Amino acid sequence: MALLRRVPWAVLVFVAAATVPWLGSRFYTFLATDIAILALFAASLNLLLGYTGLVSFGHAAYFGIGAYTCAILMKTHGVPFVPALLAGTVNAGACALVFGLFCVRSSRIYFSMLTLAFAQIVWAVCFKWNSVTGGEQGLNNVPYPGLDWMAVIPMLGDLRAGDRYYLVVLVLVGLAFAALKRIVDSPFGRILTAIRENAERAEFVGVDVRRYQLASFVVAGAFAGFAGALFGLFNRGVFPDFAHWSKSAEVLIMAILGGFGSFWGPAVGAGVLVLLNQQITSYTQYWPLILGSILIVLLFVFPGGIVGALQAAVRRLKERRDA
Amino acid sequence: MLEAKGIAKSFNGFAAVGGVSLAVPAGGVTAVIGPNGAGKSTLFNLLTGHLVPDSGSVAFQGRDITGAAPHAICRMGIGRSFQHTNIFKKLTVFGNVQAALIAHRRKAHQFWTRSEGLYRDEALALLEALGLADKADAVADSLSHGNQKQLELGIALASDPAMLLLDEPTAGMSATETREAIRLLERIVADRQLTLLFTEHDMEVVFQIAQKIAVLHQGRLIAEGTPAEVRNDPEVRRVYLGGGH
Repeated sequence: MALLRRVPWAVLVFVAAATVPWLGSRFYTFLATDIAILALFAASLNLLLGYTGLVSFGHAAYFGIGAYTCAILMKTHGVPFVPALLAGTVNAGACALVFGLFCVRSSRIYFSMLTLAFAQIVWAVCFKWNSVTGGEQGLNNVPYPGLDWMAVIPMLGDLRAGDRYYLVVLVLVGLAFAALKRIVDSPFGRILTAIRENAERAEFVGVDVRRYQLASFVVAGAFAGFAGALFGLFNRGVFPDFAHWSKSAEVLIMAILGGFGSFWGPAVGAGVLVLLNQQITSYTQYWPLILGSILIVLLFVFPGGIVGALQAAVRRLKERRDA
Repeated sequence: MLEAKGIAKSFNGFAAVGGVSLAVPAGGVTAVIGPNGAGKSTLFNLLTGHLVPDSGSVAFQGRDITGAAPHAICRMGIGRSFQHTNIFKKLTVFGNVQAALIAHRRKAHQFWTRSEGLYRDEALALLEALGLADKADAVADSLSHGNQKQLELGIALASDPAMLLLDEPTAGMSATETREAIRLLERIVADRQLTLLFTEHDMEVVFQIAQKIAVLHQGRLIAEGTPAEVRNDPEVRRVYLGGGH
């Protein structure tokens, strides 16, 4: 089992994911891009949910803000990819700072309802501000980032645009995951878990709890914005749906399905949800019914989600071997 | 060291603490006693910023701390424990003390360095003094009640306080655990030259270690003095020590 733990799983998954454009069809590249971006989105939510103990019902707002900011800059103002992506990230973080100031003043369900309320405001702005956001129709034909420079790299020359973009996404998402991991393993991350465990006690070891909850909210919002910006380009368009409450619910489901008790749980949840959705919708139109049933069973049998259940299984195996 | 002047707090018209003045001398051990509902926990919460008094003031080392936030009061050098054990349950024992050390050393904002093993030696030294070193990597939740209380003391000590406020440090402990906990507490207070203010149900403990006792009854201080003075106070005997039963 010690051997199991020493395997650099994250690196293996990353390398395996990088082979998709050569091994699979265009459709698999599409799915893999979807999963990679949503995995980051779910992991950003988990900074709040799993680490800080804050339940946000409006995390899609920051995904949407990142997506719109990046897409508007690239399409309407001709800004290149990298600065537009950074602007999307920063703007999502800045909005999270402003909204978060109000949200962290309340606790528990009131916090959750406020995040939802702010997300609905963001959605309404996207939906109504026709001249900037394209309103109900959204913004179509957002340009792909110019990736012709990749042609000079051996093996990447004859890849399709979608495959190239996938590789860019994979590298960027990989870096974002590395950064998130570093943050949760830092003293800052330790203080967040202390707040999750006992905010009153944290306050009385000298932690300004609201300030750290706000910091967590901003970081989570910025990473969600980063994921949203990548998603808008992948989707070749941004729509008010991105910030809709149902999108916030979807990312919560991913985190819970995969298990918000571990760092990788929500990413696994994102992958499983996308693949399940893909498989089941090809058989039946009753996908939400099946998803609901899966969730109920999972929550009763494995409250720790998929990754929580796997960890428990590994522990049991180990105990049996040691016994 | 800590001085409250006429602090009062009402909840929906009920005066939980009605104008209490209390001076805690530096370096001493002071106990606040009183029957259930006398307002001891409310008084503690007023002193440590969890509640803001309706009137009156609190000063610590000459500085007015009335209405200051708990985290700010903690940083001035007051450590506390709670009546209901208040620890970081799902963190390890080491993680509990480490979190307190990170906060105390103002490292909580560092998001790009590693926390694994940070302050491990100091945390272990502290846990050693509390007799918890061998349980450092256990999840805090799995400890016995007595050990959890000691861990909470460890969390409070990690902030290197000048003064310690303990709300019923031996609540729920067995007689043996209580004796050990008190011996430990006496040693730590002496080693660190702490000022201690505590509440306690167990009168034996109170009269054994307190140099000064304040008696709270229905939100008011009815007596204050040395153990001998308090023991012989007729008012105290009537309402609390209750001689008769």
